[in-house]
Amino acid sequence: MSIDLSQFIPSFLEESFEGLELMESSLLNLEAGDNETIHSIFRAAHSIKGGAGTFGFYKVTEFTHLVETLLDEMRDGRREIVQSDVEILLGAVDCIRLLIESARDEKECDDEKIIQTSKLLSQTLHNENTTERSEESIDQNLNSDTSDEAPRHHWNIEFLPEHQLVQTGNDPLLLFNALAELGELSVQANVDNLPPLTDMCAEELYLQWQLTLVSSCSEQEIEEVFEWVEDECQLNISELDTLNKENNNQTPVTIASENQVADSTQFYLQNTTPETPKEIKNSSSKNSSTEKTAAKKVEVSSIRVGVDKVDSLINLVGELVITQSMLSELGNDFNLDKVERLNAGLEQLLQNTKELQESVMRIRMLPISFAFNRFPRLIHDLSKKTGKSIELIIKGEQTELDKTVMEQIGDPLVHLVRNAADHGIETAEVRLANGKPEQGTITLDAYHQGGNIVIEINDDGGGIDRQAVLNKAKEKGIVDANATLTDAQVFDLLFEPGFSTAKEVSDISGRGVGMDVVKRNIQSLGGRIQVESQQGKGSTFRVHLPLTLAILDGQLVRVGREVYIIPLISIVESLQVQNELINRVSGDMVLYRLRDDNVPVLPVYQLFNLPANNTELSNALLVVVEADGQKVGLMVDDLLAQQQVVIKSLKDNYQQVEGISGATILGDGSVAMILDIPGMINIALQKAQYEQKQLEQEVM
Amino acid sequence: MNIQTLASEIPEQGEQSLEGIDFITSGDQYLTFLLSQEQYCIDILCVEEIRSWENPTKIPNAPDYVKGVINMRGVIVPIIDLRQKFNIGEAIYSETTVVIVLTIESPEATKTIGFVVDAVSDVLNVEQQEIKPAPPFGGCISPHYIDGLVNVGDKVVTLLNVQAMQVIEAHQLN
Repeated sequence: MSIDLSQFIPSFLEESFEGLELMESSLLNLEAGDNETIHSIFRAAHSIKGGAGTFGFYKVTEFTHLVETLLDEMRDGRREIVQSDVEILLGAVDCIRLLIESARDEKECDDEKIIQTSKLLSQTLHNENTTERSEESIDQNLNSDTSDEAPRHHWNIEFLPEHQLVQTGNDPLLLFNALAELGELSVQANVDNLPPLTDMCAEELYLQWQLTLVSSCSEQEIEEVFEWVEDECQLNISELDTLNKENNNQTPVTIASENQVADSTQFYLQNTTPETPKEIKNSSSKNSSTEKTAAKKVEVSSIRVGVDKVDSLINLVGELVITQSMLSELGNDFNLDKVERLNAGLEQLLQNTKELQESVMRIRMLPISFAFNRFPRLIHDLSKKTGKSIELIIKGEQTELDKTVMEQIGDPLVHLVRNAADHGIETAEVRLANGKPEQGTITLDAYHQGGNIVIEINDDGGGIDRQAVLNKAKEKGIVDANATLTDAQVFDLLFEPGFSTAKEVSDISGRGVGMDVVKRNIQSLGGRIQVESQQGKGSTFRVHLPLTLAILDGQLVRVGREVYIIPLISIVESLQVQNELINRVSGDMVLYRLRDDNVPVLPVYQLFNLPANNTELSNALLVVVEADGQKVGLMVDDLLAQQQVVIKSLKDNYQQVEGISGATILGDGSVAMILDIPGMINIALQKAQYEQKQLEQEVM
Repeated sequence: MNIQTLASEIPEQGEQSLEGIDFITSGDQYLTFLLSQEQYCIDILCVEEIRSWENPTKIPNAPDYVKGVINMRGVIVPIIDLRQKFNIGEAIYSETTVVIVLTIESPEATKTIGFVVDAVSDVLNVEQQEIKPAPPFGGCISPHYIDGLVNVGDKVVTLLNVQAMQVIEAHQLN
C-alpha cells in the first residue's frame, strides 16, 4: 500500500499551467538585467520540474531541466539575455505545455517539435559562454547512459530527515530515485532510532539513511535533489577517497531494484493515516503561494479564494445566524412594544444579507485581465509569423466578469484577435503607402455598459472590404444576386458558416471555419457580436456579454396583472406622457418627443399580448430605455418598487423567450419576468413586418 | 508485526447487506391520472412532486397550453396544461386540479416541468409484457407521445412517453 499520488495530479497540472503562463508573460516582459523576473521564471520552471519528477512525468522533468539550466545561467549573470534565447525559451514553454498536456491525457505528443527545441536548447547551452558544468549536465540528460569520460566520484551521503518530513509531502523514495538517475546508488536504512511500536506516531518518519552514490555528478547536483527537503533534514555529503568501496563493511542495497527501496520505506507508508494527503495538499499549496507573492502577476485557471475572504464569509454567516435567532425570539411572543426592536432587527438582517451577497459575488467575479493576459504572447507570435509589426494596447483589464463567462469567451476572443492581426493589419509597405504608421495597432478594451460587459477588439488596419464580402456572399448563394444590404447586414455575413474573404489561406486564419463558431459561442452565452468597419481605417468587433449570475438592480413595473422587471441600468428616465408631445408618423408609428429625441413608443401589453388597464397613450406612464444606442419608450400601467433581484434562467426548464432575459422570485414568492430590451425591440420589429405582410396580402 | 494483516482485519465500510429488505413490487410503477374521463399514466420515477393548482406567472407570447411559470423552492418551473396540449376536455381549474411536476432526463437536458391534469388517481404496477402497442391512428394525441396501452380491469390506461413531453414548441409571434 502506498499513498495514491494520482490524486494530487490535478493540482500539479493546475499549478504547472499557471507556472507556464507566468513564465510566458515574464519572458515577454524580460529586459536585460531584470533579476526579479528571471528569478520568478526560474522558480516556475523549477517547481514544474520538481512536481513532474514526483509524479513520474520524466519527459517533462528531462526537458524542463534543460530550460532550467539555461535560466540558471541567465540568473547567475553567466549568460547575457538576448532576444534569440528568449524566443527559444518561449518555444520551450510551449513544449513543456505540450508535454504536460500529453502526460495529462496519457497521449503521445508531437515528439519532433520537442526534440527540435531541446536540440536548440542544448546548442544554446553549448555556446561559448557556457560553463563546463552545464554542458556536463546536458550530456547526462540527453544520453541517459552517463558519459564515461567524466571522472566518477564516490559520494557518501548521510540523510537524516526530521520526523515530520513526510507530513510536508516529501517522500524519501522519490529522492532516492532521483539520485539513482545520477549514477549508481546504494541505500542503507538505519533503524536504530525507531521508538517502540506503542510510541510510534503514524505520521512521523523515524528512519535515517546512509547512501553511496557512484557518479560523475557534482556535489551541487546532489544538493539539488535534496533542495525541497533541505530545511527538514540533516544532510552530510562527503566524497570518498577510497576507490574501493567494497571495503565498506555495510551491505548495500542496490537501487537498481527499486522495489527493495520501496520495502525500506514501506514501513512508514503503511503507517500513514488518511489525514496525510490533506497535509500534503496544504503544504504544497503553501509552497506555490509563496512563489506567487514573489511574482507580481498571477494567472489562474480556477478560482483561488483567499482565506480572508472565506473568513469574512463565515463571519457574515455567523452574524446572519445571530440576527435570525434574535428575530425568531422576538416573534415568540410579539407585542406592539417590540415593534422598534423588530425594525432594528430587520434592518440588521438587510445589512447582513447585502454584505453576504456582495462577498459571495466577489468570489465569482474576476478581472478580465485573466482572459486578456494571453494576448501579448499571441500578438508577439503572430507578428513574428506574419512579419507585421503590431502593437497591442489593452484597456479596462480590471473590468470584472463572471468566471464562467470568462472561461468561455477566451477562445472566441483569440479568434477575433488572430483575425485582426492576420486580415486586419496590412503589411508595413501597404501601411506606409497609405500614409499610416508602420506599426499596426490592435486595441483590446473592456467596459461595463448596461447590464452587459462589452469587449472591443479594434484594429487600425485595412477594414473590411464591403464589396468583396458582398460578392463572395452572392457567389456562394448566401444572398440574392441583386439584393441591397445595409453595412451591418453585409458585415453580418462574415458570421455565416464557411465564409472567408481572405485571398490566401494562411495557417493563422482564413479557412472560413471559426467566425460562425465565434458567433455561436457568444450567442450561447446570451451575448451578441457587432461589427463596425471603415475601409482603409480599420474594424471594430464589439462583443456584448451578460454578467450572468449577477444580481440585477431592477425597476418593477406592472402591466395588467403581471409584474415585470426592467434592468435599472438600461432605464434612461420614467415619465408621464404629455399629450402634446405625441406624434404619429409614417402610418401608425407613435413617437414621443423627449427633448430633442423622437422616441418610438412600444406598448408592453401589445408586444406581450396581455390585457392592460390602460391602452390609451395619453397620461400613460412611459419608461424610456436604451439598448444598442436605440431609445424606446415602454408603456406600462404602473411603476412599483426598485429592488435587487436574482436572475434565474428560464432556459433551464423551459426555453429562451424573446424579450425576456430571465425570471426572478419576488419577496412574496411569485415569479416575475425580467425584460430584455433588445429582444423587445426585436419583437416590435417582427410584429411590424408581420403586419406589413398581412396588409400586402390583403391588398392582393 | 505485519501492519498489513492488521489492516485487513478492519472491516471495510460502505458495504451494506441488502438482506432483509423486501422488494414488494414487481414490474415498473406508473402514476395514473385523469384527463377529462380518460386515464393516463407516466413512469413514477420521473415524478418530482404533486402540487395543487396555483396561478402561474404568464410567459409572454407563449402557446396557449403553456400556462406560465411557478416558483418551486427557488426553481423556475414552467406549467403546461396537458388537457390543452392534447385537446382533451375542458381546461377548468378547480380545487381538485393538480399539477404533476416531472423531472425529465434526456441526453440534451434535464428539465423540470409541471403538467396540469384533472386528477391524480393511482399507482400501477405494470410488467413490461402487459404494455400493448397503441393503434397508430385516431385520437387527438400525436402517436409519438404514446408508449403503449395497459389494460387495468375493464379500463384502458394510456402510457405516455415522458421524453416526448419534454419538448415544448418554439414560440411563434402573433
